[in-house]
Amino acid sequence: MIPLSWYLILSAALFSIGLFGVLSRKNAVAILLGVELMLNAVNINLVSFWRYGDVSMMAGQVFAIIVFAVAAAEVAVGLALVISVYRRLDTVIADEIDMMKW
Amino acid sequence: MTTETLIWLIPLPPILAFFLIVLFTNRNKALSHSVAIGAALLSFLGAMYVFFFRALTAPELGKEPFTSAINWIPTGDTWLKIGVLVDPLSAVTLFFVAWTVLMIFLYSVGYHNFGQPAGDHDHPGLPPHGATDEHGHHVPSVEPMYSRFFAFISLFAFGMLVLVLSDNLLTLFVGWEIMGLCSYLLIGFWYAKPSARAAAVKAFMTTRIGDVFMLLGIAFLYSATGTLSFREIFTENVLRTLAIIPSGVFGLSAAGLIGLLLFIGTIGKSAQFPLHVWLPDAMEGPTPVSAMIHAATMVSAGVYMVIRVFPLLSLDPRTMTFVAFIGAFTALFAATIAVAQNDIKRVLAYSTISQLGYMIAALGSGAYVAAAFHLVTHAFFKALLFLGSGSVIHGMEHGVLHTGNHDVDPQNMFSMGGLRSKMPITFWTFLIGGLALSGFPVLTAGFWSKDEILASTFNGHMGVFITLAIAAFLTAFYTMRQITLTFLGEPRTKEARHAQETPWTMTAPLVVLSFFAVTFGWVGIPEHFPVLGGLVPNWFHEFVGGTLADPSTALRAGLPEAAPFNVIPLLTSLAVALGGLFFGWLAYRNVGSVAQDRLQIPLLKNKYYFDEIYDFLFIKPAIWFSETFVYQWMDKGLIDGILHSFGKATQAVGATVRKYIDLWFINQTVGDGTAHVTQWAGRRLRPIQSGRIQQYMLVSLFVLLVAASLIYFVALGQPALALK
Repeated sequence: MIPLSWYLILSAALFSIGLFGVLSRKNAVAILLGVELMLNAVNINLVSFWRYGDVSMMAGQVFAIIVFAVAAAEVAVGLALVISVYRRLDTVIADEIDMMKW
Repeated sequence: MTTETLIWLIPLPPILAFFLIVLFTNRNKALSHSVAIGAALLSFLGAMYVFFFRALTAPELGKEPFTSAINWIPTGDTWLKIGVLVDPLSAVTLFFVAWTVLMIFLYSVGYHNFGQPAGDHDHPGLPPHGATDEHGHHVPSVEPMYSRFFAFISLFAFGMLVLVLSDNLLTLFVGWEIMGLCSYLLIGFWYAKPSARAAAVKAFMTTRIGDVFMLLGIAFLYSATGTLSFREIFTENVLRTLAIIPSGVFGLSAAGLIGLLLFIGTIGKSAQFPLHVWLPDAMEGPTPVSAMIHAATMVSAGVYMVIRVFPLLSLDPRTMTFVAFIGAFTALFAATIAVAQNDIKRVLAYSTISQLGYMIAALGSGAYVAAAFHLVTHAFFKALLFLGSGSVIHGMEHGVLHTGNHDVDPQNMFSMGGLRSKMPITFWTFLIGGLALSGFPVLTAGFWSKDEILASTFNGHMGVFITLAIAAFLTAFYTMRQITLTFLGEPRTKEARHAQETPWTMTAPLVVLSFFAVTFGWVGIPEHFPVLGGLVPNWFHEFVGGTLADPSTALRAGLPEAAPFNVIPLLTSLAVALGGLFFGWLAYRNVGSVAQDRLQIPLLKNKYYFDEIYDFLFIKPAIWFSETFVYQWMDKGLIDGILHSFGKATQAVGATVRKYIDLWFINQTVGDGTAHVTQWAGRRLRPIQSGRIQQYMLVSLFVLLVAASLIYFVALGQPALALK
């Protein structure tokens, strides 16, 4: 059986890639993609701990499902915001969206 | 019903009528006067029943009067009592009070023009000015405050009945004060007239001076004897003790001082010198009020009270001398003023003062019964004269309304003349009253009472006798002057030519009162009088003299027997009465105008300048004291000065606190300082708000990593990962 650490390393790598994407990409859509990656890294973590822990305790799987649902909703809201911002400012570059600045 | 219960009930109807009228019926004039007259009638019937069927039939009313008392106010172990007493004195007083009150009530209906239309421009608080009827005639108009008048006189009647029937000085004083209040209300009845207002205040203030002394007397009496009940005070032991205790004032005995203080109350109430000034001004009230105040009730109350406390008064000869002096002086003094007055009511007012002086002088000379006799006869004929003068004024007002010339004063006797044919009933009744006042021999009541006073003073009080004789001459003189000017000769003005007889409600009381003005004298004919003496028993002397039959012989020493007959006072009395009447007629039969009247002496006309003297001596200083001293100096200067300095000091403290604590510390340091610090911090922190989302996230990540590391390595203290 593949040891747990492999999954965790995969999950950590995936999270870091997502985080990097979020922090470095200019495009707001790409930032959203990074966020999705981070969420899925968390899902891997949750599921693997469930599998290697007490299988009868369903909390890991349940959490993963909730994260899916939330992520789907979040993407819907995020994309709607991006579209709205694009219509208003004619851009999806995160740095240019600075209306909240003092 | 026992007699005592009935006596308790006698004063009640008028007070009930007062409340009924004030609370319920005051919008309905007919109902109001029905209630008032009905109440007066009830009291009248009760009084007559008690007088004729109980008091007269009682074998020894003086020794065993009808009396009943209940506890009223607790004073420690004892009680102040409220009670009634009918002895001979209060019985006769009750008799004339009930009659005159009823007559005055009835008269008021006509006097206030009941049944006439409301005035064209009448105003409450002013006498009615007259109305125009459907034919365009000017007719008298009804009094706008008709019900109010009946309410007031009902209360007045209550006060008098309480006073007459009370068996102690305290309830007597209560009735006394109720009347004082009512006289104020009634004199100021036409309150929109400034003169009426001033007269009301004057009457109230002047009588108040007397009342204060009277209250002091009552208080002294109570502290000395522990009781205020007449029957308990006028026992031999109490009186003896009072006569012995020194009062510490003027070397008088306690009895003397108490008598003196109570007598000062009478000076105010019965308008004796020097507190006589209010009574002539009281003529500002409606005429029934003048009759009520001057004849039946208030001024009689003063004399009644002195007669009541006579046993006390007679204990100290110096007090008696003082009383006699005041009375005799007032009698003469007021008579001289009356000679020069032109207002028909003012003549009567001064005449009242003079006649009250008569009674007081008689009392001071010890002629207790004569004073009571004159009190009763005077009440009848003076009420008659006042009501008659009101009838004359009413008739004259009719003439004034007819001609429309309102410059003619309907009260001035020089605008009258020849009224005998216009107003026959008024003339004949007024003549009877005037003759009674003058003491016209044999026929009239005034003769008998005045003669008895003169006869009693003749023995041992020569000065009083002479003064009173001169006063009697003047009385006859001014009475005839008044009758001549008013009724005889030819009318002096067009208004007098158009004067008219007054309605029956006014003339009927005149007739009833003139009956008494003649006949009441016959109950007191001295036994030794030539020809007539002994034909009828001297009932009055026996009856009222019996008041003091109880309790002791010591008292009877101070009470004269019926004065022994002497021809000199009788001749004097005849001479002054007839002489005064004759000269009065002689001097005024042809007088056509004021200018022809030789007695318009300024000194008399202006009442010896007493109003001016009092104004200078008392009123001006009082106004100076209140206005300049109390208001300007004490109040504005001293009190306000202290208050203002408090204010200034407080203001200075407040300014300091504000400057150094509020403005500087609270506002600048704490308040503004907090804001400044916040603002400064905000400015410094502003650069981190770049608006770039990724920069925020980077910072968040960094902070998270640092925080996590700190928690992991420092707080938990675990150097390495611990995985399964």
